[in-house]
Amino acid sequence: MSELYTEVQKLKQQYPDPDSAMLPALRLAQEKHGYLSPEALRECADALGTTPAVCEAVASFYDMLHLAPIGRHMVEVCTNVSCALVGAQQVLEQFEQELGISAGETTPDGEVTLRPIECLGGCGWATIVSVDHHYRTHVQPGDVPQIVQELRNGD
Amino acid sequence: MATELVLADAGDRDLTKLAEYEAVGGYAALAKARGMAPQAVIDEVIASELRGRGGAFFPTGRKWAFIPKPDQNPNPHYLVVNADESEPGSFKDNEIMARVPHRFIEGCLITAHAVESTSVFVYIRGEYTGPYEVLVAALEELRTRDDILGGVTIVLHRGAGAYICGEETALLESLEGKRGQPRTKPPFPAVEGLDRSPTVVNNVETMATVPQILRLGGAEYAKLGVPDSRGTRVVSISGHVKRPGNYEIENGTSMRSLIYDLGGGITDDRDLKAVIPGGSSTVILRYDEIDVGYDFNSLAALKTAMGSAGVVVLDDRCCMVQLGIRISEFYEHESCGKCTPCREGTRWMTQILRRLEAGEAEQHELDLLLDVCDRINGKCLCPLGETAAIAVASYVDKFRGEFQQHVDEAGCPFGAESPLHNVLAPVAMHTHSPVATVPA
Repeated sequence: MSELYTEVQKLKQQYPDPDSAMLPALRLAQEKHGYLSPEALRECADALGTTPAVCEAVASFYDMLHLAPIGRHMVEVCTNVSCALVGAQQVLEQFEQELGISAGETTPDGEVTLRPIECLGGCGWATIVSVDHHYRTHVQPGDVPQIVQELRNGD
Repeated sequence: MATELVLADAGDRDLTKLAEYEAVGGYAALAKARGMAPQAVIDEVIASELRGRGGAFFPTGRKWAFIPKPDQNPNPHYLVVNADESEPGSFKDNEIMARVPHRFIEGCLITAHAVESTSVFVYIRGEYTGPYEVLVAALEELRTRDDILGGVTIVLHRGAGAYICGEETALLESLEGKRGQPRTKPPFPAVEGLDRSPTVVNNVETMATVPQILRLGGAEYAKLGVPDSRGTRVVSISGHVKRPGNYEIENGTSMRSLIYDLGGGITDDRDLKAVIPGGSSTVILRYDEIDVGYDFNSLAALKTAMGSAGVVVLDDRCCMVQLGIRISEFYEHESCGKCTPCREGTRWMTQILRRLEAGEAEQHELDLLLDVCDRINGKCLCPLGETAAIAVASYVDKFRGEFQQHVDEAGCPFGAESPLHNVLAPVAMHTHSPVATVPA
């Protein structure tokens, strides 16, 4: 049995109905496979005792679950109102320029995916940029080259 | 004005540490509550007149009282905490969980005692890695403290990115491992919630307020604030202010004071144009409407609300049509698709607003926009589409001249001068099948 299978069996016990383990299981599968590939959905379904179709139907509802390949790093720029008011669009455009891609794309080397995202709940610390799901606060266009450099230097 | 209960002592101490929290009397309210009968705890919260801090403002004690007693319903009872804060403009629960995790957990444990539950599920939005890690560490510190946990299990359940999961029945669906689409009500969660069992769903700030109510006593807490809006509120101030951030205020503090005293006034000393008072779902206020108390009744008199306490300040450069586009695009993106008026209506709203901004809209389309809004209102299972419609209609209502100008001048009088010009929203990244254009 895979580690994921064992982990999901433990998760199931936390809930009154084991089906509740769906989201955490999808999260684990995505972490393991990089995205929710057909193989990832299969493994998830086996661990949950359901079908890949059920897993895919749920996964397709959620913004953080990816049914298509993404970069090893994820850069998400909040462009909702509070961030936009202080220049989020300019931050997003700076990332596009620095990475040489348009928002919504992944760099050709498969390293970084860039996308705008809806309100991240950090409006008072705008602009919020979520880098691999950790928030950078008060980001300005001038900060972008360093963030990209850190990603490029990373593992 | 700075009356801190929820965030009390967090400025001086690192209250993420159990020892620090206990040093300021942490978990004493829990011990007090456990010495009381569950009904007595509910009565204390009813006496405090606490109302839910998530947005709907429902009286918390009354909500708890709806939960059947164990002899009336033998199913397990659940406490589900809504930590799916996603309302544009709101970031208070983020800071509450990150800075006073133990006060939040103490509130959960007191509430569990009141509704006779031993299972707490905290549904925390998937993007909140920071607060999640703080809560994990706090629960780890409590693992050996059965005197505090008292046999109650607390499960942190992470969302996966969906605004709609902040709606309580959508949250329950999501927690059950499904797509987060709202349920029909009734049955209400108090009767059939998680796993069809009695469930109370409360907001993070509500939970973090409960220990202070037990400590002070309900009557004492109710002395703070104004009628129908007792106690304190953590208000998120953002946008064009000099000092954005979360501020805990006594309910009833004036909006002007929030913007000019706490917020430090408008950035670069520009003129105020408008303020969104309670998150993106609320009716906007014009610059000349801010001499109003930040409380339920005062804002209701202006047909708006405190909502989730997200105050977004806009200066005089902002175009209200552009604001409408960005807000409408948000709701279009987050509509779960279950109810047609919301799914199609939000998309139509965006289309008309985009035509207005581009100078392509004809006169009748202004009325068409309001007509679309009207046809969403009250016709869906949950308030998502309705709040989009109410918010956008309020921009038209309060800035009609500006919308008219877009028609008359065949374009935007602000253009790129407005910071909301050409902002890329996630919904614009998606490819839609070209089925739905607004019928003329």
